[in-house]
Amino acid sequence: MSLLGPCFKQLAAQNKTALIPFVTAGDPVPEFTVELMHELVVSGADIIELGVPFSDPMADGPVIQAADERALKHHVSLTDIFTMVTQFRQQDKATPIVLMGYLNPVEILGYQRFSELAAAAGVDGVLIVDMPPEEAGDFLPLMREKQIDVIYLVSPTTDAERIKLISDQASGYLYYVSLKGVTGANTLDIDAVAKKIAEIKTISDLPIAVGFGIKDGQTARAIAKIADAVVVGSALVKQVELAQQDHQKIKIKIGEILREMRSMMDNSNGSAE
Amino acid sequence: MATPMHESIDDYYLYPDDKGHFGRFGGLFVAETLMGPLKELREAYETYAQDTEFLHELEQDLKHFVGRPSPIYYASRLSEKIGGAQIWLKREDLNHTGAHKINNAIGQGLLAKRMGKTRIIAETGAGMHGVAAATVAARMGLECIVYMGAEDIKRQEANVYRMRLLGAEVVAVHSGSRTLKDALNEAMRDWVTNIDNTYYIIGTVAGPHPYPAMVRDFQTIIGREARTQMLEQAGRLPDALVACVGGGSNAIGLFHEFLNDRQIAIYGVEGAGDGIETGRHAAPLNAGTPGVLHGNRTYLMSDEAGQIIEPFCISAGLDYPGVGPEHAWLKETGRVHYKTITDAEAVAAFHDLTRIEGIIPALESAHAIAFAQKLAQGMDPEKIILVNLSGRGDKDMHTVAAREGLEV
Repeated sequence: MSLLGPCFKQLAAQNKTALIPFVTAGDPVPEFTVELMHELVVSGADIIELGVPFSDPMADGPVIQAADERALKHHVSLTDIFTMVTQFRQQDKATPIVLMGYLNPVEILGYQRFSELAAAAGVDGVLIVDMPPEEAGDFLPLMREKQIDVIYLVSPTTDAERIKLISDQASGYLYYVSLKGVTGANTLDIDAVAKKIAEIKTISDLPIAVGFGIKDGQTARAIAKIADAVVVGSALVKQVELAQQDHQKIKIKIGEILREMRSMMDNSNGSAE
Repeated sequence: MATPMHESIDDYYLYPDDKGHFGRFGGLFVAETLMGPLKELREAYETYAQDTEFLHELEQDLKHFVGRPSPIYYASRLSEKIGGAQIWLKREDLNHTGAHKINNAIGQGLLAKRMGKTRIIAETGAGMHGVAAATVAARMGLECIVYMGAEDIKRQEANVYRMRLLGAEVVAVHSGSRTLKDALNEAMRDWVTNIDNTYYIIGTVAGPHPYPAMVRDFQTIIGREARTQMLEQAGRLPDALVACVGGGSNAIGLFHEFLNDRQIAIYGVEGAGDGIETGRHAAPLNAGTPGVLHGNRTYLMSDEAGQIIEPFCISAGLDYPGVGPEHAWLKETGRVHYKTITDAEAVAAFHDLTRIEGIIPALESAHAIAFAQKLAQGMDPEKIILVNLSGRGDKDMHTVAAREGLEV
């Protein structure tokens, strides 16, 4: 049973916006990932998006590409990632985990086996960047059977008809890509994001997370006013790159960013509404 | 033995379906951010593919700018030396810019202009598609950015300079394995960031729908001309077709016209590099597995964890870990036979064609020649094998020389 539904319900009751950090599994080394995941929760994460490294991450900017390359030096596979999630679950049975990655590793493992292993490990949701709903016909029923949410992207160029199509297949939440570009890109037009989210809200009842281009507390606060969840990825992964192999430093730096976002987001909700 | 699937397919021209599927291959496997732009492209292509003015302009450019039709040529001395079937060549090497790539670049360049785009981007491996795209951009007055792996830039300095002379900006890609597949990733990232004014010219029959079908359509002029020319010059159609397959655009360009002529045997030739058994090859159809990369489901070279393996082949144009989805389907249906040729065999064929016929082929095309030589041996001298000589070998001088310890 996915923890995502209850998680969003609880946050809504508290009038809070979810904070969703993204880190790449196995970056900079596989042994560190579970420790980092716990640190994310301590620093204010409500949900964790765990990146599945891929050799050809077409939708990602340079920061996450580099993270994938670091992880792949250690040959981190889906099987390894299920082991990480299993370990994480030994201590934390409450924080929803979403795997985010590309389709080929899932294809090679096989949809059936993927769904079984993901469920057994305690994965709550899956976002496969390069599998739009039109191509998910064989995948979706298997995930539903295991009660794992399948999350889809919505972009600034997604029209109303497609939003409906996506929303009908999705569960957990919708991930709104807040700009035209790749992960970690620069410009974020808050007004344009607010307008699109208002449109999506008229079509879908799912919670809406916003990601791509959220780097600091300021932006997180602005997004928190209009969305149900804030996703931060490249800004965190950049800290892994900068700290190189100093694991303590990675935890401190990422913790600082998340705590700042958490406090800005929570205060924003309190004061604005 | 089960009936081959190709006997149960009535018409190969009904594919892909409206979602871009060739059987279980092809499709539209991209991030949501690209779904809108691809829909816009699909609609524009569907409109202009039936627009007489557009088609007329394309025809004029192919005739006067590219130099079409390219001839077919009976390689009589080579054929006699083998003592088997006759080997005929479709001379795509005689096109402007030296390869078949320009057929597609012209088509997509005209489409970009019709769509009001002012900036075109392209990926390139050896540089031939990059040169074709840069040429078309110069011809049409469009801005042009070519993405090229940092490793490939080192290996193909002359083509990099050609592109720059033509006014294109060549951007080195340092991510991943720094080769063609990474250049394609980077071009996709540029496209998704600059979709308002940018058109992405993919150089082969891969990528998300509608690219595999659209690039194929722009290349099918090769086969259409060949049919007419064979009837004129030989009085009949060939018995076999041979073309090299990397992404597979020159091959599909020749094959497509003849898919429903079931009596014609069709062979695609992949690069076996050092030999399939060494693992150092570029032969996904012969040694890969189905998977998803660059927007479509096809045969791929990937490891047991699903990561893409870097291919290996002397010919940069065949050095791609995937293959166009229509080829994956033609393999599965049994309509086309996919064979392999090693680096050593291709280089030998390169020398043969050069010395015996006075034609220096691209190393890509030399793979097709090498296989045609093998095939011809067991065949009657009355039989005809038509080989797509997809490009000329000027760009490969240094590669061939280096194998002999020379520097040019």
